[in-house]
Amino acid sequence: MVGLIIGLVFAVIVLLLIIWLFATYNGLVRLRNQTKNAWSQIDVQLKRRHDLIPNLVETVKGYAAHERQTLEAVIQARNTAVSAIGKGIGEQAKAEGGLSGALSRLFAVAEQYPNLKANENFLALQEELSSTENKISFSRQFYNDSVLQYNNKTQMAPSNIVAGMFGFKAGEFFEVKGEEEREAPKVSFK
Amino acid sequence: MWAQIRSNRIRSVILVGALALVLVLLGYFLGEAFLGSGLWGLIIALVVWIIMNLIAYFQGDALILSISRAKKIGPNDHPRLWNVVEEMKIASGLEKMPDVYIIDDPAMNAFATGRSPKHAAVTVTSGLLQKMNRDELQGVVAHEISHIQNRDVLLMTLCSVLLGTIVILAWYGSRILIFSGGSGGRRRSGGGGGGSGAAIILVVALVLAILAPIFAQLIYFAISRKREYLADASGALYTRYPEGLASALEKIADSTIGLHSANQAFAPMYIANPFRKEGMSASDLTSTHPPIRERIRILRSMAGGASFVEYNKAYQKVRNNKQNVIPASTLAVSAAMVSTRQPEPAPDQSESEQKIDRAREVSAALDKLHKYTALACPCGTAFRIPPDYKGKVIRCPRCGRDNQIMNK
Repeated sequence: MVGLIIGLVFAVIVLLLIIWLFATYNGLVRLRNQTKNAWSQIDVQLKRRHDLIPNLVETVKGYAAHERQTLEAVIQARNTAVSAIGKGIGEQAKAEGGLSGALSRLFAVAEQYPNLKANENFLALQEELSSTENKISFSRQFYNDSVLQYNNKTQMAPSNIVAGMFGFKAGEFFEVKGEEEREAPKVSFK
Repeated sequence: MWAQIRSNRIRSVILVGALALVLVLLGYFLGEAFLGSGLWGLIIALVVWIIMNLIAYFQGDALILSISRAKKIGPNDHPRLWNVVEEMKIASGLEKMPDVYIIDDPAMNAFATGRSPKHAAVTVTSGLLQKMNRDELQGVVAHEISHIQNRDVLLMTLCSVLLGTIVILAWYGSRILIFSGGSGGRRRSGGGGGGSGAAIILVVALVLAILAPIFAQLIYFAISRKREYLADASGALYTRYPEGLASALEKIADSTIGLHSANQAFAPMYIANPFRKEGMSASDLTSTHPPIRERIRILRSMAGGASFVEYNKAYQKVRNNKQNVIPASTLAVSAAMVSTRQPEPAPDQSESEQKIDRAREVSAALDKLHKYTALACPCGTAFRIPPDYKGKVIRCPRCGRDNQIMNK
């Protein structure tokens, strides 16, 4: 009789342990997928920005053709950013930072051309690009939040045991270290 | 951070359970009083409740949107609004882009609908679009998106249906009890003068019929007010800019225009109570929303951060108590320091010029939705012709030229 009770208690403990194991494992998988999904969101927005730029450059050319240097810098930065795709998070973040800097310089230049600023196409592109810029930073924000959550789970006890058993590795944060972005000129619209 | 959804669920289940208990008690005692069987009363109450739930679950959002005369928009109808919603969809990690609706109403308000994050919609009034700048609009949309993300819409629908069922049952129950003089109870005891047991049941049924709706409403309000604080906290976190939402709420508080198409039952879904009266005190139990000035003060007391921890601290400071507005389990896993972002750079336009631009943008969007035809006179005047305009020609009031209307 006593043996039966001990056996039952043991069985219940083992069962609870297995349930916990499954739940933790699934939680880790869910968080890992969330970070992956968040990363692909950044890519979608970066791609959108790459696609919008040729159109913008064409529109600006029509009004401010002699700002060639600024325009070429934007095209150059865009091409660098496109070729940095798939070269790792650090490389890509740097190239995209450069593109953000070049774009903000272009918009600063555009301020001096009233006709350009009144152009509907330009206004629509400006809204699209500044919103895309926002979307990039929001998707980066969500990606970093997800990575923090995922890393916490892989490193904190007791879920770190499960993470270690099944090889869940900590994720990498998306940090903008590009020189260009840090030195982006402060544009005054006053 | 998103674990908050789960820990909230437990608290919500308890409150919904309390509401359900009120319904069960009411059904049972009304059944005892009329039908002589508490069980039958219970069954009727539950059947009414289930039918109402099914309607609310599958048709609720369509119902609300059609009652408030909201119109669905696409990405090109109002690009700024669409982009802001998409930005907040990304920031909150919502899996699907919600539908976006505009209500043609000068009042400033917004609400979220939909039973799940996959079937969701964000609705804003044209008045809001005209008066808010981008940061403020973002704050409002973030607040609504967090209602969707926190599953508040489903919870509030569930609660308002429960409340509605209780109110209906209590209303009919108390009328019949009062006007029939409790004949049901007498019939049950075989006309033998009515036993004291039957009399007690009658009294209990009557008291319940009167008190149940009041109780239910208080529970309902308690749930919905807590949700508003949470949505404000999430809104600040998603935008990383509490001032945007604070300033939006301030504009709403200062406005005196009431919403025409609002309905009492849907009040908790709006960002600010559409029926609010000024000067509501903080302890007002009968409000679906916390006082708007208090919400602004909390958002502005967040000391240079946008995290849940900061919001919770600001809440305690403003309310002057030690209560957590955000569940402790959420606070434990969320980052303590989340830095805020810079405001959008101000465009080189005066505030009034921006207002005119926004008004143009909104009226263009609304005209498009109402299928108006756009026409430009060679003198530079722009027309928008309503779809029911019968004539083929329109005379320009500025230069007197007759303009042919295309595709007529």
